[in-house]
Amino acid sequence: MQAETGQTPQDAVHLDGVAISFDLAQGRRFDAVAPTDLAVGAHQFVAIVGPTGCGKSTLLNATAGLLKPAQGAVSIFGQPLTGMNKSAGYLFQQDALMPWKTVIENVAIGLEIAGVARAEARREAQGWLERVGLSAFADRYPQMLSGGQRKRVGLAQVLIRNPKLLLMDEPFGPLDAQTRLIMGDLLLNLWSEDRKAVLFVTHDLDEAIALSDRVIIMSAGPRSRIIGDYTIPLARPREIGEIRHDPLFNDLHRTIWNALRDEVIAAYRQTGAVSDTKASVAS
Amino acid sequence: MMNRAALISLQILVAVAIVVLWHLASTTTLFGNPKTVAFFFGDPVSVMRRVGEWVFEGSIWYHLWITLSESILAFLIGAAGGVLFGFWFARKPLVAAVFDPYVKAANALPRVVLAPIFALWFGLGIWSKVALGITLVFFIVFFNVYQGVKEVSPTVLSNARMLGMNERQLLRHVYLPSALSWMFSSLHTSVGFAVVGAVVGEYLGSAAGLGYLIQQAEGVFDVTGVFAGMFVLMAFVLLVDWLVGLVEKRLLAWRGR
Repeated sequence: MQAETGQTPQDAVHLDGVAISFDLAQGRRFDAVAPTDLAVGAHQFVAIVGPTGCGKSTLLNATAGLLKPAQGAVSIFGQPLTGMNKSAGYLFQQDALMPWKTVIENVAIGLEIAGVARAEARREAQGWLERVGLSAFADRYPQMLSGGQRKRVGLAQVLIRNPKLLLMDEPFGPLDAQTRLIMGDLLLNLWSEDRKAVLFVTHDLDEAIALSDRVIIMSAGPRSRIIGDYTIPLARPREIGEIRHDPLFNDLHRTIWNALRDEVIAAYRQTGAVSDTKASVAS
Repeated sequence: MMNRAALISLQILVAVAIVVLWHLASTTTLFGNPKTVAFFFGDPVSVMRRVGEWVFEGSIWYHLWITLSESILAFLIGAAGGVLFGFWFARKPLVAAVFDPYVKAANALPRVVLAPIFALWFGLGIWSKVALGITLVFFIVFFNVYQGVKEVSPTVLSNARMLGMNERQLLRHVYLPSALSWMFSSLHTSVGFAVVGAVVGEYLGSAAGLGYLIQQAEGVFDVTGVFAGMFVLMAFVLLVDWLVGLVEKRLLAWRGR
């Protein structure tokens, strides 16, 4: 493993003074994220935690190339990002599967549009469905699956393209607590095979600590910024259900929560501004 | 709910009750002078006999075939135009904005008034009826396809882009399926309107078809003929609707349940 926080051209993600604003009605502007620097190492699992509406998803979308920053530069593996981020896979919070395609068609599509022959793409998709435990569901449509199963399909759909960088926007947010634990373990399992760079946005501190190498804390919006950067030295491989009883986990949790708490309270005070950001992010 | 057999028996009972009442009214003095009732409503026995004659002598099949081909042509051409223009308008907001008042105006016009003009333009053959059907089908499909393209979930779209799709692939894998699913879900309405266009067109001036049959009977106060024609038309529409249901079930399997 390489140095964790050093900013080298080999960083998977390098944000340099990236700020994000939205145009509101009547010519007003909403500054969601203040100029921010952030580096994610090539094999690092980084979680961004912050109160609802702090602009963490916005930052993720800028990294994905779905959103143009108002200022600053995004580099991906040393290359300045223009347009879509082609080396990234993105797992969304909401349902993102194509409902008119079967499970296997959804998983195979990333390869098919890249020019892989259909039979070959299907074969590989079937392999990925096995790895996420859904091989029996290949011919179902997404509507016939549970929320957790749909997330598994989404994971296979993203990973089959073998992206060097994985962006995740509260991917397990809509799931129930047990399913979240299982999905977390599945994610760590798949991740440990080749340790892609991961930027994982969540509002759940437990989840962030259990999964990642580094936890970034963002302040409440507007003009939110990074207010904390914590290394998580918990040993791997980890089991998410178990690791919560580790005393080190509890120490980390206490330290980070102290920093986060004030921001959560601040965010609640500004719910008006907060819901503004959410609406803009969705578009 | 009750079981299926009981439900069907009750449904049949309703039909029997109506026919019996109708029969009594047109043959007995129970509801006034049976001659008057029969003059205005016909009587079920003669109506059924007439339908039977048409079916067994074979004269009805030609008319059915004409109405069916008019409906199919109207549906296919109207739907193709609706898909094309719906797509174009949805992908080019400027075009949509410019033509918006004209689309609304054209759609506001009751289509029946166009029938005489179409008869003038396209003659009394099938094409004036097809044209009338097209004006009805086109707008239903057009609005649904427009909506279908506009209402693609932004998340699905972003996901497709992140998976590496270019504009052409987005069209094929995202926009088109979404638009078609909206079109298919309005299939009952649009096919129904294709039949309406054909029959109304025939009714207003033609030499064949179910609408022509009904209009001819009406012209000579042949109420039995009118009711027999309506009965055949009803059966025809129900059959078409059932077929559309089968197609829809297959095309929209992904919606589940």
